[in-house]
Amino acid sequence: MSDVPLLLFRGVSKIYPLPAGDVVALDCVTLTVMVGEFIAVMGPSGSGKSTLLNMMGCLDVPTAGEIYLSGREISRMSDDDLTRLRRDRIGLVFQQFNLIPLLSAIENVEFPILLTTARAESRRRAVEVLSAVGIEASHFSHKPGELSGGQQQRVAIARALVNDPDILLCDEPTGNLDTKTGTAIMDLLAAENRRGKTVIMVTHDPDVAAYARRTIRIVDGRIT
Amino acid sequence: MIFFSFAVRNLRRHWIRSTLSIIGIIIGVIAIASLGMMGNSINLLVASVITDIGDTVVITPHTAFGGTFAGDPRAAVDAAIPAREVEMIRRATNPHRTIPVLQGADEVEFGRGKSGYARIIGLAPEDIPILLNIADGQYPRQNQPRVLVGTHLAREYGMIPGSRLTIGNENTRVSGVLAERGLAFDINPDYAIVVSDAWYRNHFGDKDTYPMVIVRVSDLDEIDAVKEAIETRINRREVVVDVADSREILRQYREIYRQITVFLVGIGGISLIIAAVNILNVTYISVTERIHEIGIMRGIGALRHDILRMFLYEAMILGLIGSIIGGIVSAVSGYLVSVVALELATTGMTFGEGFMIFDMNAIGYIAFGMAFGIGTSITAGLYPAWRASHLAPVDAMRQK
Repeated sequence: MSDVPLLLFRGVSKIYPLPAGDVVALDCVTLTVMVGEFIAVMGPSGSGKSTLLNMMGCLDVPTAGEIYLSGREISRMSDDDLTRLRRDRIGLVFQQFNLIPLLSAIENVEFPILLTTARAESRRRAVEVLSAVGIEASHFSHKPGELSGGQQQRVAIARALVNDPDILLCDEPTGNLDTKTGTAIMDLLAAENRRGKTVIMVTHDPDVAAYARRTIRIVDGRIT
Repeated sequence: MIFFSFAVRNLRRHWIRSTLSIIGIIIGVIAIASLGMMGNSINLLVASVITDIGDTVVITPHTAFGGTFAGDPRAAVDAAIPAREVEMIRRATNPHRTIPVLQGADEVEFGRGKSGYARIIGLAPEDIPILLNIADGQYPRQNQPRVLVGTHLAREYGMIPGSRLTIGNENTRVSGVLAERGLAFDINPDYAIVVSDAWYRNHFGDKDTYPMVIVRVSDLDEIDAVKEAIETRINRREVVVDVADSREILRQYREIYRQITVFLVGIGGISLIIAAVNILNVTYISVTERIHEIGIMRGIGALRHDILRMFLYEAMILGLIGSIIGGIVSAVSGYLVSVVALELATTGMTFGEGFMIFDMNAIGYIAFGMAFGIGTSITAGLYPAWRASHLAPVDAMRQK
């Protein structure tokens, strides 16, 4: 395993200018994530957890500080370069699943890989990951609205995994699921971590956080 | 291709909205193409009926208005060129042939109770063969009180050489039927009776003035010199006569009809712009409704230009379908409308051999309408597409 951190935050701040005054979402955060870690990010609402996750996921850029992904600075990258990083190296899983309602389950999973790969190959890969997360073939052609919450989150995880990313970033992955389904999803994420994926998840739930081997606590935009 | 597929699916998802947009484009394309074709048809019609006599200079009395066709305002003010000025024109243009023209109208009885008003054209007997050809019969001999009948008038009233007719109270016979001349800038005898100048003066009274003088130029290269000579001699102190050659008049008419066509196409263009605003609206609504979806796509790897393309595809598909249907409908309906409208407007007129109302220009207008339809649709889609592509993924995903 390389000594180069997978993710390195150095003095990262994010300030949202608002008419009522600036909001400091992240305040000079410095942290390191190594390959293969399973990290839970915890903190009260508005503490900056989601902002931190967005920075890690190249969805947002810092106001100040530097972010490195595998030694490469990403905080000053162009929009297109950040998008390519999200597509190729980062898998995103959201509390609201965020599947595209126009597409079937398999098409949702195919989407990120279709951006770079021919349809035949992308279809084969989508079937593989959908089966791996436990979606039955009979549900492949269902639209998101025709699937249960648990199934939708499995499809979302399959979509996050389809490009074989280095990091899985999960924002409250069980927040919209019942306990049993939530446990199944967490087992799935833990299995991915055992296979070598770095998993970072934001959660309020200590039981979910217990799956992680390291917990980062954040309050008022600072890591405590 | 996935973004093209997205565009198609989204248009299908909102099929009523899409259909209405397509109908807007169809109407716009039809308006441009059919109005363009209509203008073109008018051009073709004019070109086919106007006899382009390049060697003719037409001199008319100067009034505030120009023009030599029937309905000329000079007829209302009874302006005319005195014989003295005709003689000056003759001297100025010598050795070219100067032909003074007398024109009036009278009631004519064609026999068997058929009567009507007809234009009477008076020409010197020696000038008649220079201007007009005979289709049947012969030119009237010197001092013979016979007349020539225009081809359409002869056909309408069954006149042949030897037929009797009464002009005013004066009985006469048809000496010959004139060959068709078409709409010309000097005289239009197809619906007229041509008589000798002596007969005309005897019938209408001895007016020593002429509403028009024609100069036949023997060498086309001398037309400008002839016009210049008339201008110098007659219009030296004040403008007394208007001098025009038929090529110049034809050029002016073509310019007028070209402007009519541009105007008609412009009206069509306005309707297409309205359709484009509708597409802008539809694409804008589509972007607004799908902000969350756009955020997801951007979040999982769609580049800005992918999103831009997706919305442009939508606008392009609407424009393409609308333009193709509009083009086909225009080709069929534009042709039919032109034919029917022109038939109604030109009843009784005849056209040259092989006269076609639907030529390459008409097809050009259809192609122009279609290209304009697709172009305006894509242009209308540009701003909403650009806006969608520049949404920050995080902000877009937050919106529901």
